[in-house]
Amino acid sequence: MPFSIPTEEFMEPGHTACHGCGATLAMRYVLKALGKNTVVSVPASCWAVIPGAMPYRTLDVPMVYTPFAATGASISGLREALDIQGKEDYNVVGFAGDGGTADIGLQSLSGAMERGHNVFYIMYDNEGYMNTGVQRSGSTPYGAETTTTPVGKERNFKRQNKKVVADIMMAQGVPYVATATIAYPEDLIRKLDNARKIHGPKFIQVLATCPTGWYYPPEKSVEVSRLAVQSGVFPLYEFQNGVLRVSKPSKTVEVREYLSMQGRFSHLNDEDIAQLQEYVNQRMTMLLEKEKDTAKPGP
Amino acid sequence: MVELILAPIAEKSSKFNHTDSWRILKPEIEYDKCIRCMICWKFCPDNAFEISTGSSIPSPNERTAKLEAPVINYDYCKGCGICANECPEKCIEMTVESKKVI
Repeated sequence: MPFSIPTEEFMEPGHTACHGCGATLAMRYVLKALGKNTVVSVPASCWAVIPGAMPYRTLDVPMVYTPFAATGASISGLREALDIQGKEDYNVVGFAGDGGTADIGLQSLSGAMERGHNVFYIMYDNEGYMNTGVQRSGSTPYGAETTTTPVGKERNFKRQNKKVVADIMMAQGVPYVATATIAYPEDLIRKLDNARKIHGPKFIQVLATCPTGWYYPPEKSVEVSRLAVQSGVFPLYEFQNGVLRVSKPSKTVEVREYLSMQGRFSHLNDEDIAQLQEYVNQRMTMLLEKEKDTAKPGP
Repeated sequence: MVELILAPIAEKSSKFNHTDSWRILKPEIEYDKCIRCMICWKFCPDNAFEISTGSSIPSPNERTAKLEAPVINYDYCKGCGICANECPEKCIEMTVESKKVI
């Protein structure tokens, strides 16, 4: 059997995403995993543009467009409304970008997770406001060039580290938190299958590579996201009922290799790269320590 | 009580929208080298691969001849080249598109 992921498709071709878009792959895999009985709620983001204009649809499942800051609130409402009407078998999915999650929608997300609705929240993280012309977001990593952190003589690249929303969710004690990338669709689908078994809020952060905003050729989309995992820039983990499991990639590479593929990091000098490598190592150590701590049997 | 309408947002599919005019490089599969791993299908962001069970497609050996083969639907392929980049057998070639001027 050559198929490692389900063959059923709920995303139609003919959509208006850029060449080599990582966010469309994220949506394709999420719907493959969750199936037909799914309601998707999308705020202003790339995915608000990708489905195209009326009267056409790209998704074969019901979809709701919500205001930018209200993804968490909308999935809470959809869940409760469906439950009242006896449609508990429907999955409710908030599908928001990193701007709508890390910056604008954070309070709404945090509220929905705290209230404990039985919902999925998928954050497709393309590390910036890509749909409006590559502006900096809280989720943009250190060193990246965007149109609001431009690099000229002054080298005004982003000086702050990435805000990792999955870590915030883990600290908040959400029952299921995971990170995934489009380079490992089998892993993403397995994580969604695990998440389905939990009755409560589920948060998954998917790194969705963006050739337009990261300035690399579109054919490298999957390769770049694979290198993000292998270099440790975007570690894959799964946090389930208080136990953290970090995936160790079969091959590891230096952060420099990941950075050198993308134009947004082309201005970095050796010192900046060493600093980023140091940050990545520290974060990995912190995660592995947490993994060890949570693996211990409770008191 | 108002019943929630659980249906897609529109009746017409975006399949109507052919995105082939976006293409600059065109992928072509050399089927006599293709091992039918379906990795190209798996990583296509435009969903432009169809799964064919036809036996008329050339195949490197008898075992692969029985498996489903990936077939590119050129109406939707935008030519991003992820398939050619990810193909483990390197049997997808990107050639410069020569076609009608709109």
